[in-house]
Amino acid sequence: MRNATRISGKEARRSAPIFAALGDETRLRMLSRLAQSGPMSITSLTAGTGVTRQAVTKHLRRMEYAGLLQASRLGRERVWEVDPASLDMAEQYLRTISDQWDAALGRLKAFVES
Amino acid sequence: MPTTTTTTDRIEKQIFLRASRERVWRALTDSREFGSWFGMRFAEPFKPGATIRATIVPTTVDPETAAMQKQFEGFAFDIVIERIEPQRLFSFRWHPGAVDPNIDYTKEPMTLVEFELKAAEGGILLTVAESGFDKIPLARRAAAFTGNEEGWTKVVTLIEKYLEQNA
Repeated sequence: MRNATRISGKEARRSAPIFAALGDETRLRMLSRLAQSGPMSITSLTAGTGVTRQAVTKHLRRMEYAGLLQASRLGRERVWEVDPASLDMAEQYLRTISDQWDAALGRLKAFVES
Repeated sequence: MPTTTTTTDRIEKQIFLRASRERVWRALTDSREFGSWFGMRFAEPFKPGATIRATIVPTTVDPETAAMQKQFEGFAFDIVIERIEPQRLFSFRWHPGAVDPNIDYTKEPMTLVEFELKAAEGGILLTVAESGFDKIPLARRAAAFTGNEEGWTKVVTLIEKYLEQNA
């Protein structure tokens, strides 16, 4: 089951950019789009969103700072993609839930076999 | 140990239980029995389509888990019963990892949990599948960001601290 831990203020501050970066609907939408589509240019990220190119750039930089995204050059354009390390997030999350199921099924086994 | 198959959207586990089909079925679908091994108390019996209030109470099966659950004792959330096909299939929806009283989970998508019983030599092969994780908000899945086993609660604490400091 879930376990609580005390954490230091320092640790909380270190993680703050991640939560700040996730705490905005436009950014969450951009992130989920990038996670699904792979690398995209600012031009294609802006198209059809109703958000200005300038605002999109600002959001991208913020997520880059939080370690969620990374930028690289493709020919003359800069393309943005989800930082592979941050993809661990989904995996880690499932691992946590998966461990909880292992524990729960262990209890079920003990319960029905006793 | 159960065997596991996962994608980003789905976790599937299989475990062999040396018990009769009736015994396993009762442990899953009698809400008091389910609650006793899982560590929850349900307000009413399971019935297809019913939304049922679940409250965390320490499990009676494993003292170590019970000690961990103790700190969440009294935390309540809803589960929605989907299908009850006698002796074969039981499914419900819930909010995975929901233990933070300060978060309103009610508007968020739920995952589907399915238990399926198959006959096996000397017992029952039970499959548990939980799916729908891809629709769970990223901010919730960020639980795993900290990359430690404590997962959820730690992140919830992090969020709280962060909000306090930025109030």
